Amino acid sequence: MSLGPAEVAKIAHLARLAILDEDAPAYARNLSAILELVDQMNAVDTTGVAPMAHPLDMAQRLRPDEVSESNQRAHFQAIAPQTEAGLYLVPKVIE
Amino acid sequence: MNSHSAAALHEHTIARLSAGLAAGEFSSEELTRALLARIEQFNPALNAFITVTAESALAQARAADQRRQRGGAGPLTGVPIAHKDIFCTDGVRTSCGSRMLDRFIAPYDATVVEKLNAAGAVMLGKTNMDEFAMGSSNETSFYGPVPNPWDPEAVPGGSSGGSAAAVAARLTPGATGTDTGGSIRQPAALCGITGIKPTYGRVSRWGMIAYASSLDQGGPMARTAEDCALLLGAMAGFDPRDSTSVDRPVPDYAATLDQPLKGLKVGLPEEYFGEGLDGAVARVVESAIAEYRRLGAETVEISLPNSPLAIPAYYVIAPAECSSNLARFDGVRYGHRCENPKNLLDLYARSRGEGFGAEVKRRILVGTFALSAGYYDAYYLKAQQIRRLISDDFRRAFQQVDVIMGPTSPTVAFNLGEKADDPITMYLSDIYTIAVNLAGLPGLSLPAGFVGQRPVGLQLIGDYFAEDRLLNVAHRYQQVTDWHQRAPAAFA
Repeated sequence: MSLGPAEVAKIAHLARLAILDEDAPAYARNLSAILELVDQMNAVDTTGVAPMAHPLDMAQRLRPDEVSESNQRAHFQAIAPQTEAGLYLVPKVIE
Repeated sequence: MNSHSAAALHEHTIARLSAGLAAGEFSSEELTRALLARIEQFNPALNAFITVTAESALAQARAADQRRQRGGAGPLTGVPIAHKDIFCTDGVRTSCGSRMLDRFIAPYDATVVEKLNAAGAVMLGKTNMDEFAMGSSNETSFYGPVPNPWDPEAVPGGSSGGSAAAVAARLTPGATGTDTGGSIRQPAALCGITGIKPTYGRVSRWGMIAYASSLDQGGPMARTAEDCALLLGAMAGFDPRDSTSVDRPVPDYAATLDQPLKGLKVGLPEEYFGEGLDGAVARVVESAIAEYRRLGAETVEISLPNSPLAIPAYYVIAPAECSSNLARFDGVRYGHRCENPKNLLDLYARSRGEGFGAEVKRRILVGTFALSAGYYDAYYLKAQQIRRLISDDFRRAFQQVDVIMGPTSPTVAFNLGEKADDPITMYLSDIYTIAVNLAGLPGLSLPAGFVGQRPVGLQLIGDYFAEDRLLNVAHRYQQVTDWHQRAPAAFA
């Protein structure tokens, strides 16, 4: 599998990642090389092999739906780039 | 300070420091001052620490000295350590080696930090690392590379390169690390120290900044297996805040270190000694294995036939999980935010584009592609199936042997800049460590000799939760060899 600069731009958009136009060819080259490495997986037939999502094949533990955390909004917002009245500020989304 | 000069304290292992503190030979404050002085002297050139927390270290040291006087001190009370800058530390910058988190002051402690604090350990500072733990040379760090203490032309390995270099240079007797594809074991090998990646789920991941959540595992790095046993005992254990933490008692790792190795069955995988392994490294590893035979171990040839598939599968699974985990860095709640965003999309894209370095971007892009519509089965599902095959290889092997041995890394430390522009060549340096993460098994690297002046690591792989066995097997070797006692001349 090989990718070109236009495909890189599309993936970068999906990832919400700004890539400079002049860097796109280098990313395309690197990504194609990585996918070529990854394509070595096709050397083995995995028909019928159960995918392994967890190294110990454990299921996620559940917990009772009880309040376990206290409100620390001011503490957590102290490190936010921009807040006002307890809210995170972002550029206007709806005109 | 009795018979100890301040200059000698840095030469001691954690076990020796613990005994000295208990006997009142020196105080934690004296010890901490001595190590902070070494950090001040050597860190400007070594760059192993991103942040030094001198003031809080001295406060912790004084508190540890008081606790010892009151009674109730444990083996780590007053012992200085360093944390990889991936572990959140309340009130202290936690950068993860990234511009994205250059000004991120963590608002809470990771469980590992909390546990080591409770044990009375003293935090000297936060160590350098590849950005978001993505790298094998520490060169992807926003804070610059770290020279290998044994040879300033060489890399220290990565991603826990700062921790490994700091321990090797005697700036700290121990440090925390994390290992997603070899990030504890490979730098431990390249810097001539001992490090263990525990079984997945053994050490809590809570507050450890996530890279690939089904592979990430924290562990200790120190000069000896005995020191790793002391640190792991404090770090391990069930944590309800980590949904993949395993609820299982933590054994006393120090108690079983001395068990004899007579009759130990050691598996030698043919795939770990073939093409790609440097001849001089192979000879060092083979002489370490011969030493084990003298200790009573029996060696058996085994095969892990799916080993060549580990790197391809890893470079689907890890980037896929990374692309999802790193989606949280959006320039809104914390971390880097671009100037004057035009709109919300611009805010996300430029904050991330400016905050992440090239290797992190590559992995986010690969992961996003692998998970995108139409490609999931061909990449992610296929990789998870291969993961099963790799895990089955190990299961079969452990029906036959107690531990698996081989090289940690196919070469000694490579030169700074040598592989920095070639991601694929860099990835291949983790060829012997990555499969262990895919299977979730414990792995340990210990110093086994040198090629020229650069150290060689021997890797031990154990069955699930056999950390005690790995530490025991490493410790017995360290009782009859002195590779782990060698110090780089510039830092002796």
